[in-house]
Amino acid sequence: MSGVNAAGWRPTMGEAGEASEKFVTSSGDYGLMLEEPLSFELGAEGKCGVDIDTPERAPAAGLSKFLRKAAPDLPGLTEPETVRHYTRLSRQNYAIDLGPFPLGSCTMKHNPRLNEKVARLPGFADVHPLQPQKSVEGALEVIEQLADWLITLTGMASVAMSPKAGAHGELCGLLCIRAALDARGEKRDIVLVPESAHGTNPATAAFAGFKVQSIPATPAGRVDLEALKAKLGPNVAGVMITNPNTCGLFEPDMKAIADAVHEAGGYVYCDGANFNAIVGKVRPGDLGVDAMHINLHKTFSTPHGGGGPGAGPVVLSAALAPFAPLPFVTRGPDGGIHLVEEENRGEGHSRAFGRMVAFHGQMGMFTRALTYILSHGADGLRQVAEDAVLNANYVLRSCEDLLPAPFAKSGPCMHEALFSDAGLADGFSTLDIAKGLIDEGFHPMTVYFPLVVRGAMLVEPTETESKAGLDRFIGSLRSLAKRAKAGDESLHSAPHFAPRRRLDETQAARKPVLAWQGAPGEPGQPSLSEIGGS
Amino acid sequence: MRYLPLTDTDRAAMLDVIGAASVDDLFIDVPSEARLSGPVEGLPMHASEMAVERHMSALAGKNLSAGSAPFFLGAGAYRHHVPASVDHIIQRGEFLTAYTPYQPEIAQGTLQVLFEFQTQVARLFGTDIANASMYDGSTACWEAILMAARITRKDRAILSGGLHPHYGEVVRTMAKFTEDEIASLTCELTGEPDDAAVIAAIDEKTSCVVVQYPDILGRIPDLAAISEAAHAKGALVVAVVTEPVALGMIEAPGNLGADIVVGEGQSLGVGLQFGGPYLGLFGCREKFVRQMPGRLCGETVDAEGKRGFVLTLSTREQHIRREKATSNICTNSGLCALAFSIHLTLLGGNGLAQLAAVNHDRTQAVVERLTQIPGVSLLNDAYFNEVTLVLPGDAREVVRELADRKVLGGVSLGRLFPAQEDLHKGLLVAATETTTDEDIETLASELAAVLEGVPA
Amino acid sequence: MTRYFTEDHEWIEVEGDTGTVGITDYAQGQLGDITFVELPDAGATVAKGDSVSVVDSVKAASDVYTPVSGTVSDANGALADEPELVNTDAEKGGWLFRITLSDPAELEGLMDETAYKAFVETL
Repeated sequence: MSGVNAAGWRPTMGEAGEASEKFVTSSGDYGLMLEEPLSFELGAEGKCGVDIDTPERAPAAGLSKFLRKAAPDLPGLTEPETVRHYTRLSRQNYAIDLGPFPLGSCTMKHNPRLNEKVARLPGFADVHPLQPQKSVEGALEVIEQLADWLITLTGMASVAMSPKAGAHGELCGLLCIRAALDARGEKRDIVLVPESAHGTNPATAAFAGFKVQSIPATPAGRVDLEALKAKLGPNVAGVMITNPNTCGLFEPDMKAIADAVHEAGGYVYCDGANFNAIVGKVRPGDLGVDAMHINLHKTFSTPHGGGGPGAGPVVLSAALAPFAPLPFVTRGPDGGIHLVEEENRGEGHSRAFGRMVAFHGQMGMFTRALTYILSHGADGLRQVAEDAVLNANYVLRSCEDLLPAPFAKSGPCMHEALFSDAGLADGFSTLDIAKGLIDEGFHPMTVYFPLVVRGAMLVEPTETESKAGLDRFIGSLRSLAKRAKAGDESLHSAPHFAPRRRLDETQAARKPVLAWQGAPGEPGQPSLSEIGGS
Repeated sequence: MRYLPLTDTDRAAMLDVIGAASVDDLFIDVPSEARLSGPVEGLPMHASEMAVERHMSALAGKNLSAGSAPFFLGAGAYRHHVPASVDHIIQRGEFLTAYTPYQPEIAQGTLQVLFEFQTQVARLFGTDIANASMYDGSTACWEAILMAARITRKDRAILSGGLHPHYGEVVRTMAKFTEDEIASLTCELTGEPDDAAVIAAIDEKTSCVVVQYPDILGRIPDLAAISEAAHAKGALVVAVVTEPVALGMIEAPGNLGADIVVGEGQSLGVGLQFGGPYLGLFGCREKFVRQMPGRLCGETVDAEGKRGFVLTLSTREQHIRREKATSNICTNSGLCALAFSIHLTLLGGNGLAQLAAVNHDRTQAVVERLTQIPGVSLLNDAYFNEVTLVLPGDAREVVRELADRKVLGGVSLGRLFPAQEDLHKGLLVAATETTTDEDIETLASELAAVLEGVPA
Repeated sequence: MTRYFTEDHEWIEVEGDTGTVGITDYAQGQLGDITFVELPDAGATVAKGDSVSVVDSVKAASDVYTPVSGTVSDANGALADEPELVNTDAEKGGWLFRITLSDPAELEGLMDETAYKAFVETL
């Protein structure tokens, strides 16, 4: 079998623990701990939270053979019921607004509310992508200004703004590389990816039609330069490097790697997920990078929204710039701003490799990110990186006596600190510490990633964490480490105080239930035993 | 700086604990040549909220917003009335600033919303199951083609001529690199959609046919007939819905034989936003579940037997399967999915049906009034809330002149299909529940004036 | 019937020119709860070392490599409804597929039970 579960992650449900002598309420709610049924269990046909006019006409004759026989089988709720349903659900979520969210490589920083206000200005929120360009020049200028900031901050030549997320940006970068190789008349089908890379890297490379070869890490947690050089050749299109890497360390050989790859005729793709560590302090362009995606929802504070949307513009070197996909914003010889699409692409932009997405990209994220960038400015952004790195090192040094940090002896970390679960009592693992953190009132750090460290725990506090907040978090992490080393059984059944105990992920995967199967539109509350305990 | 909580006292104390003299010592792994000695040059320094707001408001003020003019654009993005409570709910910090629900015990809010969303999309589309959303309709369309190829083990996809040209361009771009064969039918200026051409193009090598419903010109394909023909040759049907409100009135693609249904959810809850972020919808038959891309939320129980929800079937995804994943997608469109779900919960099935009826009614009103103008004729045999009007000449200049007169009159086919001169007289006009009689009258009189060459 | 083992934790039980292949109890323990098994089609021709099956647990997906070259004759249909058989009975009822060997000499490079047990001790 291939690397049988090398990361060591085997989630178990554990036992519920002793049944506590609990006072049982009639409703199933306990104070502000609120249970909430599905909308399908609450709603009824005939209820509607929108007042809609009555049409004056019968449907046009041509439509009659397409008409559906009955209205869609979906329940409705009035406004008070809807607001209540979602508000009650929201209270079962942890969020950045509640406390530290130290997920490594996710950069869960505070989401400024000015961003939300600006994004909702009608001139941004209520414009259609296909309006005549003269009527949306302000929107095009937002894209241009953000593009200029990203290019200048990274020291690159150009930027493709349309990718919709980080992984989408990775794809864009790799397709620019393929287009560049095609233009040179070369067919290279291998991409080198460090074994510590985020899963999107090899997945994207495969999606772009490449074969992936793995590069090992050195004992110091960096890309093995000699091993990489040994794999270079006329068949290698390039390398995908994350810098700082997924172990939270800067790759000091980055320029040497880039030089070697360029000499062998390849290109350097940089995964910019960890840009928060170096923004305003280091320019990837100075390190030989040819393409790098930037996660606006990480470094530039656009909200994570429970899983998305993101945005992944890709900065490009001069070598790759001509191949950037449509559409993009540019200035004409007369100085006028316009959007280059298929309609007006002409000869000047004939080498764009095509189009990656309908319309123009994540405009809503551009307004938010530009607002964030203007607020911070060049000095503020530099401070962001410094504080992010300072916070992570503070966590590292405050916990390394209790939790092994594989690379702590060799120097500082960047914006995230990496621990492992070696040295915990028998039968205790990273999973128990993570679930224990939930009881302490925190979202766990990233666990079991990167795969190169067994039982990895990757902690990224970000710069928006106060020292007092960090001290509380460190206190909890230290307490949990001690409990896990002492073999405290209660950790196996953590969390005890979250809206749900550990969930049966095995059952969910063996017998997937992906949609509500109940009868149409039946009103009334489900019984207590159906949603809550009995 | 208002977003940075550390004080100089904090920093000094922390450096002390770390054992470093200054923050620069922490950047020691960065080669000195690459370390900038100060803030990046050529960029302004930090600014107050007030100053930033002023700057951004000025930029916003340069744009003609849809609400401030008679507005008739569609072509894959539609202006609907979003109830006020939707935007308030999605701005709750527990939704806005939450992460992907990888720790389900403290993410049941997000997970239950995703389960409800998946159920709503599946029922709307008439499919067994749906995923927790993709980036947008165009990327969902490409992912569907890849999925069909995995299932059928064939790699020839047929794109109907009625598919949104941006979607077609995305597919053709991606296919260049994966070497999937794409047969793109040409869009023709006919009253009926190109069902016959699609059916004729299907052969034994065909993995799937991709049909937009309603199509880019607003026409409505016969999905049942196309499905029968495709299935007879072992090909799958991918239906593309760019206007989900249509499904309040016309039959769901899944009920007409479509195997995979993808779409753009922007119409409900999300707003125009100049093109993004939008919301990819993806539904399919249950037997194909392990080939689906994207996140999936499933129902389960916790250690105390309470019902709960978790992300499931993760072994399809990139963080586990890496280069063998069904897709490289990581982020979904979570907050947009929430907005869509809230809007659809407020409407309910009956409300959606009534909303659809009003949309169609307003479009009928547009057609009645505009076809009174000399030289303007209706192309479509059938339509829901978007029609193609044929003008006497090139529609592109007409659209620009209307915009100068503060009327957003529609999308010219020349903008969408620049290489096809035979389409350039076409103007796509959409109407929704937001379209008033005054809007229609203004469009009619200004359009008449523009066509007559009358100066503004 | 003789049973052989690979360093990748597959076992193969050979009778004549037919082999039954599965993963070892050690491997299933490492994987945790098994949620799904992807099996090869009957009639597939495979070479030694090819990935012919994938065993999914909640957080991992592991390729299973065929220890020998040959043609797959059938696969364990019971696993579709009960993938947990690989956990509870990995070395018998949780078998994955059967294969007709094209080159029995390939068996010579594999370990016997004693050697495999010693190998697992070193991990």
